[in-house]
Amino acid sequence: MGLKSNLHNLKEKYKGTKMAPAFNAIHTFLYLPNETTHGGTHIKAADDLKRTMNTVIMALVPCLIFGIFNAGYQHYAAVDAAAGVIREASLFGNFLTWDNFVVGAWTVLPLVIVSYGVGLIVEFIFAVIKGHEVEEGYLVTGMLVPLIVPVDIPLWMLAVAVIFGVVIGKEVFGGTGMNILNPALTIRAFLFFAYPTWMSGDKVWVHEAVERAGTADAISGETILGAYAQNSSLAGIDYMDMFFGYIPGSVGETSKLLIIIGALFLIFTKVGSWRIIVSTLIGALTMGLIFNGVVDAGWIGESSKFYGLMNVPFWQHLIIGSILFGAVYMATDPVTASQTNKGKWIYGFLIGFISIMIRVFNPAYPEGVFLAILLMNVFAPTIDHYVIQGNVKRRMKRLKVKTA
Amino acid sequence: MGLLSKKDAKLITDPLADNNPITIQVLGICSALAITAELKASLVMGIAVLFVLGIGNVVISLMRNIIPSKIRIIVQLIVVAALVIIVDQVLKAFAYELSKTLSVFVGLIITNCIIMGRFEAFALGNGPWRSFLDGIGNALGYAVILIIVGFFRELLGSGTLFGIPVLGDPIEKTGVYSIGYENNGFMLMPPMALIIVGLIIWVQRSRNKALIED
Repeated sequence: MGLKSNLHNLKEKYKGTKMAPAFNAIHTFLYLPNETTHGGTHIKAADDLKRTMNTVIMALVPCLIFGIFNAGYQHYAAVDAAAGVIREASLFGNFLTWDNFVVGAWTVLPLVIVSYGVGLIVEFIFAVIKGHEVEEGYLVTGMLVPLIVPVDIPLWMLAVAVIFGVVIGKEVFGGTGMNILNPALTIRAFLFFAYPTWMSGDKVWVHEAVERAGTADAISGETILGAYAQNSSLAGIDYMDMFFGYIPGSVGETSKLLIIIGALFLIFTKVGSWRIIVSTLIGALTMGLIFNGVVDAGWIGESSKFYGLMNVPFWQHLIIGSILFGAVYMATDPVTASQTNKGKWIYGFLIGFISIMIRVFNPAYPEGVFLAILLMNVFAPTIDHYVIQGNVKRRMKRLKVKTA
Repeated sequence: MGLLSKKDAKLITDPLADNNPITIQVLGICSALAITAELKASLVMGIAVLFVLGIGNVVISLMRNIIPSKIRIIVQLIVVAALVIIVDQVLKAFAYELSKTLSVFVGLIITNCIIMGRFEAFALGNGPWRSFLDGIGNALGYAVILIIVGFFRELLGSGTLFGIPVLGDPIEKTGVYSIGYENNGFMLMPPMALIIVGLIIWVQRSRNKALIED
């Protein structure tokens, strides 16, 4: 008599009652169910929803661990900088240290716990009311949410946003698989518009920067993207630091190296669509090149408020901000993305293109990636519709030529 | 209800719940989204529509037998426009600040679908007394939703009701702000009004399944 049979007995006991979905969810989350399907023909496939979700979570775990250390590292680096000491980042020298881990875990893990706790409670409540099984959809959303918010976001705000995102972004449309908008980005958008002072600016990205503001111990927490948007000079920026992720930013989006590894993992397991990832990057680079061309042609002078971001070499757009994270983990969400192959190219390209456009033209929203993805989420079915209609027309033409 | 017969009373109570102009017929949404960031503006807008629709319905009903049906829309527009101008001028004279908050939306009462809808659907075919009740009922149904939306948007967005702080001072950090609460800026934007109206529709239809359309 282990845990499994206990859970099975509980499930049998509550079968047919209101709370059944809740017990079923716990049981099937931990173990294979005892029953097999009966009757009818069925296809056996290994790639069910749970495997897909787990693969994405596995690809996200390195980002989370890096984010924990980075939260601590940025805190101590900012404290040092305030005292006049400039740090040189090194992985084993001053990054993977116990101190960094303690500070990071203390700030990041509560975000993870709140995100999963609140989100799953909402999911369970809806499953019980509507009488369907609890869906796995929230497992990935719950992991993404802590990775795309600033470290010091108050926990109650996160909880409110998660409730909003899961209910308005997903449940009203009918739950997992039916949502139009990516729930994790809905949560971020809610936070961004509801509490802008906690989601942007030069204070929120480093632990304790807000509390220390205005005191003798004040530390700076500006992101590189924010600095560019303000047209301020960026002395001593190290591109390798940006690539490896030793920079301030949302919890999980700083390390481009780990995101690329996660992307390769998703592409290799065929969970993420390489078409979307590649076309998003192409779209971003195209827009970056256009802006560089505009600056080279002399249409935009140094006095312009767009100059700072327009003058960024086009390839650097990929390593500042979270375009890479968005392209790999957000744009590829199979529910909200385009389904057709040609549609995926268009969808991804426009995400990249619009992201950089928002980033440059609206200094108030330097992080345009989430807005671009949400916008394209809305248009994804339209793109699919026209791709399919185009296909139908072409085939009809072929048919007419044959019969004629 | 000694004053009203059962049938007449239904004219007022129906639009308040199961035949609400905003949540069931989904009319007059634009103004409901635009001006509900403050409770006071919602209330005044509700009263303005009450005035225009109540009197307008009676006027149209009195004229219903002499309006040629080919030009009835023009006649209806003239009646609404005259009433709206009265409301607008009264607001400008006695509540100038408020009329600035409401800006063009008082003028746009003319295009509010609820009003033309009631003229067309009710006043053209019923007597003045019943038309009056119908106008009052529909305007109240409109006002109720506006006030509910305005209540939540002002309370959660600015922490005030009718401009009076009820949750404490956000700058001095008193009241609930002392424990870290902050105003929700999203509430002040029109999209959130749409979401609140959506939530009201959701609650209403899950309480009364007969309202769900296929």
